[in-house]
Amino acid sequence: MSPEPAAPPVLRMDGVSKSFGATRALDGVSFELALGEVHALIGENGAGKSTMMKILSGAIPPDAGWMEIDGRPYAPAGPADGLRGGISMIYQELTLAPHLTVEENIMLGREVHAAGWLDRKAMKRRVREALELVRHPEISPDIPVRKLSVGAKQVVEIARALLNRARIVVMDEPTSSLSQEDSLRLFEIIGKLKGQGVSVIYISHFLEEVQRVADSYTVLRDGRNVGSGRMAGTRLEDLIQLMVGQTVTRLFPKVEHSIGEVILSLDGLKGARMTSPVSLTLSRGEILGIAGLVGSGRTEMLRTLFGLDEAEGGSVVVSGFELAGAKPWTRIGRGLGLLSEDRQGEGLALGRSVADNMTMSDFTPYRRHGFLRPGRQRRAVGEWIGKMKIKAKGPAQKVGDLSGGNQQKVALARLLHQKAGILLLDEPTRGIDVVSKAQIYEWIGELAREGKAVLFVSSYLPELLGICDRIAVFHRGGLVESRPAPEWDAPGLMAVATVGRACPDHSMSQRIAE
Amino acid sequence: MSRQRPAKLQKALNVLGPFIGLALVIALFALIPEVQGRFLRFANFKSVATQSVIVALGALGMTFIIVSGGIDLSAASNIALSSVIAAYAINAGAAPLVAVLLGVLTGGLVGLANGALVTRLRLIPFIVTLGMMGIARGAAKWIAGNQKIDAPMTWANELMARSPRPSWLLLAPGVWIVILLAVAMAVVLRYTVFGRHVFAVGSNESAARLCGIRTDRVKILVYSVAGLFCGLSGVMEFSRLTVGDPTVAVGLELDIIAAVVIGGGSLNGGEGSILGTMVGVMIMSFLRNGCTMMGWPNYIQEIIIGAIIVIAVTLDRLRHRGE
Repeated sequence: MSPEPAAPPVLRMDGVSKSFGATRALDGVSFELALGEVHALIGENGAGKSTMMKILSGAIPPDAGWMEIDGRPYAPAGPADGLRGGISMIYQELTLAPHLTVEENIMLGREVHAAGWLDRKAMKRRVREALELVRHPEISPDIPVRKLSVGAKQVVEIARALLNRARIVVMDEPTSSLSQEDSLRLFEIIGKLKGQGVSVIYISHFLEEVQRVADSYTVLRDGRNVGSGRMAGTRLEDLIQLMVGQTVTRLFPKVEHSIGEVILSLDGLKGARMTSPVSLTLSRGEILGIAGLVGSGRTEMLRTLFGLDEAEGGSVVVSGFELAGAKPWTRIGRGLGLLSEDRQGEGLALGRSVADNMTMSDFTPYRRHGFLRPGRQRRAVGEWIGKMKIKAKGPAQKVGDLSGGNQQKVALARLLHQKAGILLLDEPTRGIDVVSKAQIYEWIGELAREGKAVLFVSSYLPELLGICDRIAVFHRGGLVESRPAPEWDAPGLMAVATVGRACPDHSMSQRIAE
Repeated sequence: MSRQRPAKLQKALNVLGPFIGLALVIALFALIPEVQGRFLRFANFKSVATQSVIVALGALGMTFIIVSGGIDLSAASNIALSSVIAAYAINAGAAPLVAVLLGVLTGGLVGLANGALVTRLRLIPFIVTLGMMGIARGAAKWIAGNQKIDAPMTWANELMARSPRPSWLLLAPGVWIVILLAVAMAVVLRYTVFGRHVFAVGSNESAARLCGIRTDRVKILVYSVAGLFCGLSGVMEFSRLTVGDPTVAVGLELDIIAAVVIGGGSLNGGEGSILGTMVGVMIMSFLRNGCTMMGWPNYIQEIIIGAIIVIAVTLDRLRHRGE
């Protein structure tokens, strides 16, 4: 349902600017959101999307500019004003209180009460309704949120936003941690919201997804609005063009590489948190993709292999030697390197410098008699920054100040710096911009050419199909099928990931993958 | 369905955990022949309860602070200051009720100052209350002229009387006050919006802020309430000693924090309960009492209580595993 062209916009932002220190995050951005439309906000990481949404929510004030909602001026003093203005945010970083129950989280900040006394019955009823609306009635309102899976947590966040009776719902990468099935449910919910006259601002890096959900789009680049329009008739390539401001010829650069002898083999490896044992082999110069739904056991397998989770059985053989003593430091010594899926929580020490983060796993080159030699460290890291095209002021800058894509490059550089021969990459491109993604794909190809072995876990099928030599699919904790990449297609992968086997009825798997 | 039963069992275990610890401590001394007879007498339980009052009041407020993710190192100094103020007021001729209220209010003001400093200066509670620990203690000594303040006996001194009047009270008035306030605070923590916000702030402060909760206000309130409890605790201290002693309760803040932690409170915030805290207080009191009866020297008590803290938190961690 397309809104009447004459209808006044629900939200208008005009000339909004914001600087952080010397960085101009937003530079006179204007933006209009129509009633009941889904408006995609697109841009590389660091383009200003998050800043714009923080200003909208009232979390930070703009330096200049004008905002109005329903034609009335809107100048929020804090998040509470944003909520009252009918703006609900669903953040990329989960914003739930882990100790509180589902019910307590959903009702947080808008408890039903009489003079401060909680009306639990009424709240539980409303929470059940909200969970039903997002088609997850099986989530119990009484369970503490920390016991839920990442996907279920996101569902709780969405339920919270809906309960707010919002006029404007902002979704920041809502599907980045959702399974395909949950994504489909989300799109249904978005359709329902539109029907009720709610406007949605939809931020995502999954452009195909954006094309499918959104009625119109706005592209930000370097803090400026570089293009807005209707989604219908806009090609994917046009959007990418606007985002990067230059032509991206190949999204999946193919680097020629040849596959050598087997370097890693798992035989019935079973970890404390794995539901079934996994066997696989990986060769020098090979990129092995691991597909599967969120929670299908891919991450647990990597963590067990790297010694972060306790191994209960099976063997790990690297270059012909069976590894004992499964601890991260012994595994690093054997040439393994893990890139965590949780970049901010586990992958990087956000408060420390680029230099310390990059060299944390191997200080030996900068050590003499137990003392660090910061000069050497700085020089070496400076070279890596250049080599990996990391946008940072220098080795001394705090990693937390970099954009997501650049943070990920630092994390990846750490593995290269420690000279890992077997790279275990868990969702290396999650939530980062297209240009950084393309660079990471290219490096992975280069690494394979140098004879390194790469395990590449991803939920994004096109990238698996685009860069891997072989793809193995996880389903409900086990590895169910592994084939050379050219023998796979997206519907086939999705069928195995969701059903556990290739569907005889291909049309169904196609429907799921679309 | 089959999943719900272990969940319920676990929930029951979570609640019962500290009680099992308390039962073990009581059983331990009840089984030692040398002290059995004296230990299990009602008169002994009564004196243990009376001895618990001061720590228990401090721990009620500390539970709120720890659940909210904070800490208060100034609690014991605040107790000393409040006791001095109460004694000073009575000495100056104030009515006992006025003196009691002044003592409580003093504690509240110190707490308010803690809360205001934590939220306004954006300093971590450890630093703010470490500073306040010195400030309150110094102020107490200053006001008391660096000596004990003698005050005439009034009804305020009967709050902690071991044999209360009228005798049908059975326990000292202070004990009843603790019981009533504990019930009230448990209700506040579980059944009011404020209590829920305290948990939310301790569990994930930025999430709470995003949900429109005024986290600063919640924190100021938490520290102020805790301060009031320290004030009341100080009044009880005065009642027990019958003098205002600025050097009293040194190091008691650690006992108070230990009680909360033994009772299941997490110093990372988001966890803790009034019931657990009260059981934690009782565990420590019975241990002290039993050790004294055994004639064990003070240092043995200190070692045992130190070990209990580590064991209790370890067990707590084990219980939470697999979540």
